[in-house]
Amino acid sequence: MTRTRKPRASAERPLELRLLADMLRIRRMEEKCAELYGAGRIRGFLHLYIGEEACATGAMHALAADDNVVATYREHGHALLRGVGMDAIMAEMFGKAAGCSRGRGGSMHLFDVARRFYGGNAIVGGGLPLAVGLALADRLQGVRRVTLCVFGEGAMAEGAFHESINLAALWQLPVLFCCENNLYAMGTALARSESQTDLCAKAASYRVATFRADGMDVRAVFDTVSRAVRQVREGGGPAFVELQTYRFRAHSMFDPDLYRDKAEIEEWKQRGPIHSLSAQLKAEGRLDEEAFLALDAEAEAEVAAAVAFAEQAPWEPVADLLKDVHTPAGAAAGGTP
Amino acid sequence: MAEINLVEAVNLALAHELARDEAVVLLGEDIGANGGVFRATVGLQQRFGAGRVVDTPLAETAIVGTAIGMAAMGLRPVAEIQFSGFLYPAIDHLINHAARLRNRTRGRLTCPLVVRTPCGGGIHAPEHHSESPEAMLAHTPGLRVVMPSSPARAYGLLLAAIRDPDPVMFLEPTRMYRLFRQEVADDGEALPLDVCFTLRGGTDLTLVSWGAMLHETQAAADALATEGISAEVIDVATLKPLDLPTILESVARTGRCVIVHEAARTAGLGAEIAAGLAEEGLYSLLAPVQRVTGYDTVMPLSRLETQYLPSVERIVAAARKTLEAS
Repeated sequence: MTRTRKPRASAERPLELRLLADMLRIRRMEEKCAELYGAGRIRGFLHLYIGEEACATGAMHALAADDNVVATYREHGHALLRGVGMDAIMAEMFGKAAGCSRGRGGSMHLFDVARRFYGGNAIVGGGLPLAVGLALADRLQGVRRVTLCVFGEGAMAEGAFHESINLAALWQLPVLFCCENNLYAMGTALARSESQTDLCAKAASYRVATFRADGMDVRAVFDTVSRAVRQVREGGGPAFVELQTYRFRAHSMFDPDLYRDKAEIEEWKQRGPIHSLSAQLKAEGRLDEEAFLALDAEAEAEVAAAVAFAEQAPWEPVADLLKDVHTPAGAAAGGTP
Repeated sequence: MAEINLVEAVNLALAHELARDEAVVLLGEDIGANGGVFRATVGLQQRFGAGRVVDTPLAETAIVGTAIGMAAMGLRPVAEIQFSGFLYPAIDHLINHAARLRNRTRGRLTCPLVVRTPCGGGIHAPEHHSESPEAMLAHTPGLRVVMPSSPARAYGLLLAAIRDPDPVMFLEPTRMYRLFRQEVADDGEALPLDVCFTLRGGTDLTLVSWGAMLHETQAAADALATEGISAEVIDVATLKPLDLPTILESVARTGRCVIVHEAARTAGLGAEIAAGLAEEGLYSLLAPVQRVTGYDTVMPLSRLETQYLPSVERIVAAARKTLEAS
């Protein structure tokens, strides 16, 4: 059972306020996840997106409802903004059967076929050829649609990146490769893992159009990804976009974060995407503190409801342990939402 | 009805499914204009077009990873990997994604993917071109592993593999591609997966094998018959999930079992079958189970190849050993 989310960012709201509201929803959801992880309610690994919210928010708002999304293990925000209910996400974090992957995917493998969200992916670079396959299937089935493939800069050191972008460019498939460059592949800084640290230059060697945006500025992300999506949708072949961002928290809940200078982290925090946008909107006279607090309270209420839902949701029966390794005889294949 | 060899049977099955179901798409290196390294796809691109029979770069990760994405979208991709030794760059995607997509989504997504790849030695090819990786694949929950041993079973099992809703590793014994011909009707009748085929009945012992080794195993059964020894021969065919009941039922009657495979010995599927017999069939055994296998070394170049592969003599010797035991 996947419950659809209650309407939050109302369609009548101006875009900037919807972007702000959605960044707040991701932030508050993940802060609560960190707390629940500490309390032992959420198990497995947990990779937080805190600090990077402008990337998912700008990018997801730039897509059409029918587009495909493939993401990474840091995908809670992407799933949420594609319309996967926060209650279904939270239940999945808990490993409950009411989760969007029915309790077997966990934090790193949120899936929702009905929303064309083809998963988080725990393997770095694992989603890239998958995304090429989605786009190829669309072409073979005569469907015009963009596949957005999100990955971190760490994936660009993987062979899968090269094989996938080569194939997409060779066949001119409608894939937007979206690199969220947060500068560290777990503990390894970009310059320590890449001979070419200009990621757009690297992608451009496959003769794809490249775009770059400040990943801390949600409006810049939205504008840039919108342009890239438009080009891909209009048949321009695949494109690559680099979003330059930073995670404020460690790689995972177990990461001691010894590889980053505390001053560097503090410096990036000054550019926090939620703070930046709300400050800009206040300066432009389009937001006051009261309105900001109202948006924040909305997000907090949604989180509280999601946690309550996850807490009361039933566990998968132990008898189901061996189910779904193979399809039971007589069942239909594939894509049943 | 035409007499065809195993690789022609593969071609016939692929053509049948391409014509029957437009969701079936083939992809791989040189499978189009070139017809495949072993000619398994010859003529198919000309007949069905480049959109159904897709030539890819030499990039196994991309071939299999892309095919998984296509399968998630409801297509039925059949990927060809030129030799099973070239499968290893794609193992990540097979184990981490293809095998787990259904489990990870509790059935909201399945992965109706077939990966065809030639396997095994005996064609005087170097190491990577003679691999027998079936046990490694069978160890992965979620992967179905199938190996035909005749043109008719290649045709029927490949139809079944393509129609199956889950990922199937279809290992084609290279040595059998052109070993013999058999009448195969292009009737679209699939053979059942997940069951053994009893190729000949017998009363004194059970010989269990799969793929190309059934050639030697059947020859061993012939040799034993000249001595008045009646050997039952079982083709396991689907290696995972393993049809242990058929093997147990046979051994319950014969009391003796020899397992023959050309893959390396340690942790080979022979060990799994022997363990199953020990767990569930021990009281019907009249002699210790014997394994006749390849060795724990890399497949040698052609001069030593026949030393590596189980021979008729080794199989007959193992059979005699079980008969002498009691």
